[in-house]
Amino acid sequence: MILRRPFFWIILLIAAGFIYAPLHGNNVSLREDLILVAIAIILASNLNLMIGYTGYVNFGHIVFYGLGGYVGLYLTTVRNWNLVLSALVAGVVVSVCAFLFGLAILRLRGAYFALATIGILQAVQAFVSNFDPWGRSTGMYLSFNSYQSLGGARRALWITYFLIIAVMALSMIVSLAIKNSKFGLGLFAIREDEDAAVVLGVNATVYKAIIYSVSAFLPAVAGALMFFKNGMIDPSIAFEYMLSLEGIVMLMLGGQGSVIGAALGGALYEKLRSYLLTAPVLSNFHLVIAGGLLLMVVLFAPGGLIGWVYRLVPRARKVIE
Amino acid sequence: MSGVLASMIDGVLVGAVYGLAAMGLSLIWGVMDVINLTHGAMIALGMFCMYLLFSAVHISAYVLLLPTIGVGLVIGIVVYWMAVHWVVGRSMLMSLLSTFAVNMMVIGIGTAVWSTSPYNVNLDNQKLKINDITVGAYTFTGNHIAAAISAVVIALALQFFLYRTRTGKAIRAVADNREAAELMGISSTAVLSIAFAIGIALACTSGALVSTLFPFTILSGAVYQLKSFVVTILAGLGKPFGALVAGVLLGLLEGVITPFIAVSWIPLIEFGLFVVVLVAFPQGIFGKRATA
Repeated sequence: MILRRPFFWIILLIAAGFIYAPLHGNNVSLREDLILVAIAIILASNLNLMIGYTGYVNFGHIVFYGLGGYVGLYLTTVRNWNLVLSALVAGVVVSVCAFLFGLAILRLRGAYFALATIGILQAVQAFVSNFDPWGRSTGMYLSFNSYQSLGGARRALWITYFLIIAVMALSMIVSLAIKNSKFGLGLFAIREDEDAAVVLGVNATVYKAIIYSVSAFLPAVAGALMFFKNGMIDPSIAFEYMLSLEGIVMLMLGGQGSVIGAALGGALYEKLRSYLLTAPVLSNFHLVIAGGLLLMVVLFAPGGLIGWVYRLVPRARKVIE
Repeated sequence: MSGVLASMIDGVLVGAVYGLAAMGLSLIWGVMDVINLTHGAMIALGMFCMYLLFSAVHISAYVLLLPTIGVGLVIGIVVYWMAVHWVVGRSMLMSLLSTFAVNMMVIGIGTAVWSTSPYNVNLDNQKLKINDITVGAYTFTGNHIAAAISAVVIALALQFFLYRTRTGKAIRAVADNREAAELMGISSTAVLSIAFAIGIALACTSGALVSTLFPFTILSGAVYQLKSFVVTILAGLGKPFGALVAGVLLGLLEGVITPFIAVSWIPLIEFGLFVVVLVAFPQGIFGKRATA
């Protein structure tokens, strides 16, 4: 059972830390920092389900986040739904789309799938930029009334923060649960040798479609919450290609295939990026540095940071997964 | 109706340039089984290479294609030794990620140097050029005709190189079976680096040609990268000349649909085509069996 894994309790401790730190002394700027870290962890953890577990690169992972944001903002603003309900519905809608879509494109093997995901990103962005109900390229704005139902803007922002932290913890728990399940074993088999896995009775197409749709759910919920917090959305910020790319850097940096690796990579990279963006000389070059980092990891340390830790302390595998 | 015909002809002209870009992608993919994700960035570099050369010397843009090819070859060799050599033969994931990392670095540097604002190459004041041809109410711009001719000439030159020269034959041998080629005394490392450099040079050249047709930014490469993927999939892997034909087909298709719908829908249609072709013909329409 998952409750018996020590790492499960570590995840809860991390989440508790995220909640306690900014509440202590009502530190709003710390909260804004941590929210970005949490989003990075959510994206990297869910991307890990595809890249790390199944061995399929998804270059357009940000599509889920952006679409979730659009559906969420549409429901809260135009339909006046409650925040939690619309975030959940956004998650369900996006993952159902991902499942149906996955059934089609996941017949494609390895690299072909990766190419298709680049196409999906551009196609979805083109679609949303032309879609009238979502404000085409100008996007949508949140009406201020939406904050009222949560007890004013100040409280609404705190509530959104707690919800995002919950999604972050859930992302890691889902990763952990899948890693320790029969379903997860099937995914690992697909990663190692898809033909052999199929011969041994793994229904690869369905498995891949399921994991694709699972990896869509929480980022979509997070997108709905995050764009509710920001109060506006447009196609260029919702489907920020760079963030999609940086998600891959985060994951590879931390260590693909490992739950803590994805989270660690997300947190570290986000810190690095905010440092680079504020440093005057380096701000123009943060993409170059990210690319260089990715290249180094791919060429010299395919296991990432956590792979290095595992090599130093093999017993660590049992505790931090 | 004749409007559609004119649009189709223009589509075919532009399609030849798409085909040239796709040839580069297809060559690298076919020879070393690496999907070159620096493709879009290299197309963008070609655009800026042409921009810089043309603002320095006002001779014909089509003469400047030659130095662009040279620049492309050099960049190709550098990128090969930086990111590709170490991952050839390893899992697809690794080569995707390493070329992708180079892509990020190039785009990052490009954004820092040129920002993301649009540039264009103004061909009006060049010496050597083809005049616009007017048929009835429609004008076919000389630039488009000249770009298409250049693309076809370069494609024919590549075809000649691959089928008639010793190096070209070595490249095809390595693409067919690397081990057997090595047993015959071909140095596969040299061949792979040459093939990669040629692939990059083709991307740069097509970028240079695109820059003479449309305004561009450092990020424009991504659009043509998607088109190149579509074209390569249509043509099947390792068939460079097939890529040219498929490029013309894609241009024709764009020509047919642009009079009827907004241009911003085109990525969606191309992507739809891409998925349909991939799912229906996983090995390419006229391709050999791919090892993905």
